[in-house]
Amino acid sequence: MHNKYPSEPLKLWKKAKELREQYYLNYARAKDNGGLRWSGSAWALDALPAGLGEDVYSLTGEPYAAAVSHDRKFAKECMDAAESYGFARDLCSYMRIYWGGMHLDKYLFGGKFPKPDFIFQSQICCSHSKWYQHVAVAEQVPQFYVDVGVGPYKDLTDARLDYVVGQLNEGIEFLEQSSGRKFNDELFIKAVKNEMRSTSRWADICALNKVKPAPLDEKTMYSLYVLATLSKSSQWCADFYDELYEEVKDRVARGIAAVPNESVRMMSDTQPPWSFLKIFRYLETFGAVSIGSLYTFALEGIWETKPDGTWGGRTLPWNKGIEINDRQTALRLYADWNLSKPQWQHFYDPRIKTEMMLRIVKEWQVDGVMLHLNRGCEGLSLGIMENRMGIAKAGVPIMTYEGNMGDEREFDEVRTQARVDAFMEQLGQRRQPA
Amino acid sequence: MITAGIDMGSRTVKVVLLEEIKVEGAPQLKYAIKKTHIMMPGDLDPDQAAEKVYDDVLTGAGLKRDQISAVFATGAGRKQVAFATEGITEMTAGAKGASYMFPLARTVVDVGAEEGRGMKTDEQGRAVDFAGNEKCAAGAGSFAEAMSRALQMNLKEFGDASLLSDKTIPMNAQCTVFAESEVVSLIHSATPKNDIAKAVLDAVASRVCAMVRRVGIEGEVVLIGGMVHNAGFVQSLKNAMGVDKISLPDMPEYISALGCALIAAERQH
Repeated sequence: MHNKYPSEPLKLWKKAKELREQYYLNYARAKDNGGLRWSGSAWALDALPAGLGEDVYSLTGEPYAAAVSHDRKFAKECMDAAESYGFARDLCSYMRIYWGGMHLDKYLFGGKFPKPDFIFQSQICCSHSKWYQHVAVAEQVPQFYVDVGVGPYKDLTDARLDYVVGQLNEGIEFLEQSSGRKFNDELFIKAVKNEMRSTSRWADICALNKVKPAPLDEKTMYSLYVLATLSKSSQWCADFYDELYEEVKDRVARGIAAVPNESVRMMSDTQPPWSFLKIFRYLETFGAVSIGSLYTFALEGIWETKPDGTWGGRTLPWNKGIEINDRQTALRLYADWNLSKPQWQHFYDPRIKTEMMLRIVKEWQVDGVMLHLNRGCEGLSLGIMENRMGIAKAGVPIMTYEGNMGDEREFDEVRTQARVDAFMEQLGQRRQPA
Repeated sequence: MITAGIDMGSRTVKVVLLEEIKVEGAPQLKYAIKKTHIMMPGDLDPDQAAEKVYDDVLTGAGLKRDQISAVFATGAGRKQVAFATEGITEMTAGAKGASYMFPLARTVVDVGAEEGRGMKTDEQGRAVDFAGNEKCAAGAGSFAEAMSRALQMNLKEFGDASLLSDKTIPMNAQCTVFAESEVVSLIHSATPKNDIAKAVLDAVASRVCAMVRRVGIEGEVVLIGGMVHNAGFVQSLKNAMGVDKISLPDMPEYISALGCALIAAERQH
């Protein structure tokens, strides 16, 4: 294979893996020193539980289930357990995997399934809501939900923001009652700032992929964005992304490519089929690099339109002269920050997502789009065929393939490869000799 | 120059030999086409079958392997054609072959035994968008075949029978297996076989049409693949797509193999 560009592994790769593993071990061991455990989704507003102390650990359900999906045997065991309990096979595959592990009392990282002290969850995805209701009942723990489905960010009003902030204030009361601890505003404000740093910086890192050659490929990015899904309000996550940003900036300066034979750039969408990430390596045999997706960029990344009209990480409030020194200011800015999440917008109108996807195509110099019709996630699949139509109408080459992020039984590798082959032919790409 | 295209389908192997004919003063190359269509030998593995069929075709044409400039393969078993110069997908091959036969084609529909595909093509015969059936054969030939068996007809009789019906009976079953039960129920309720045949072919056409609409129906529509021989299906498809005409090649099963041979010839230049 002819290498057009120099390439080298990411220096921070090992550290990312270590941080991730430590997160899961911390959750399991939280009780060893009297710490607290809570569970919710990666979209839970985790800065609030952080106000209960520095020994508060979360288990965010989706990344945990995605990790289980890599272990096909255990994933199937969990899904079978959920189905034996009576849950339907066409439900969210992450949810089935989590429930199954809970009912089997088996943790991916060894030992019994650690029981949370409480559930703290946001509600915008229907599966997420039901998921944690069942966990709360099964584990007999208190639960709290913040309804964040207040409409697209572009239409946000003070009244809608007040609605969310009001719930966050109630959430603090819940946290104090459930934990028996006093809420610490200093810790909370620090967590809010860390989350803003993490999510803005992740967006900055993704924006560096606009150049050719792309310094990062999407398969690698999955192992990096995941840290924000685990604990975006933690210091370690924010600090890691700052370090990563510097490394990726350096790669851009030196022209280091993720895929040394990059000749065509792809964009994907929705979660990938986690047990078949080799499909990305298959793409590379054609010289195709997936530069990312709205999913990878904006599941946790927070973005804004810059003065030059391009997309970049949202400016931190204190860099605009807005100081966060008290609880109510923190709550309000925090709510606003999260409500602007790009990956929350399609729940209201698929056209908003199509617009963002076309922006990525333009700014990231994308040649073709690959949509994973993910039967494992109704939330992120919502409106995806409208997205397909909108992108095709804009003249962008696009293909779809069916699969499931967590349930490998619904992914046909041979058929998907055939689809990829046809799409690469459409783009004028041929497999390059090794 | 002679090139070959081989379409390794799930049930049959189709081979096309293409000889380039240079006509003085003619702006475009012309081709002489020889074709052979052989059922997959049941006692051979796909790679052995490909070797045998190819050698048989060459012998019949009085040619040797070293006289063939390139062999391109397509179809579900294309990776099993060890001697192929290159493999290309059915989308690309079908689009090319159909466009060669019908230069104004812009929508190509390929309905075979197990798969249905829709391709949007450009003036060079390239597929610029495509859609295929996923995990379900209810929009392909094997569905029609299964239902014709339930009515105790062969496929030709089945297709012709449907043309004698003017009724529209919706089939409710989405699944080939359940549809057979539905056909049996229709038989027991004394529904005429012609009407049942039309109902089945309307259902297949409806699914194919829904798939093709994803790439858009524009310009001349060409149907390729074995279902071209089913006149009833062709009529049902016209009705479903809302078009007056669907172009039908004389050798519908060979179009993908032809496309392969054409692309092989293009790439030798």
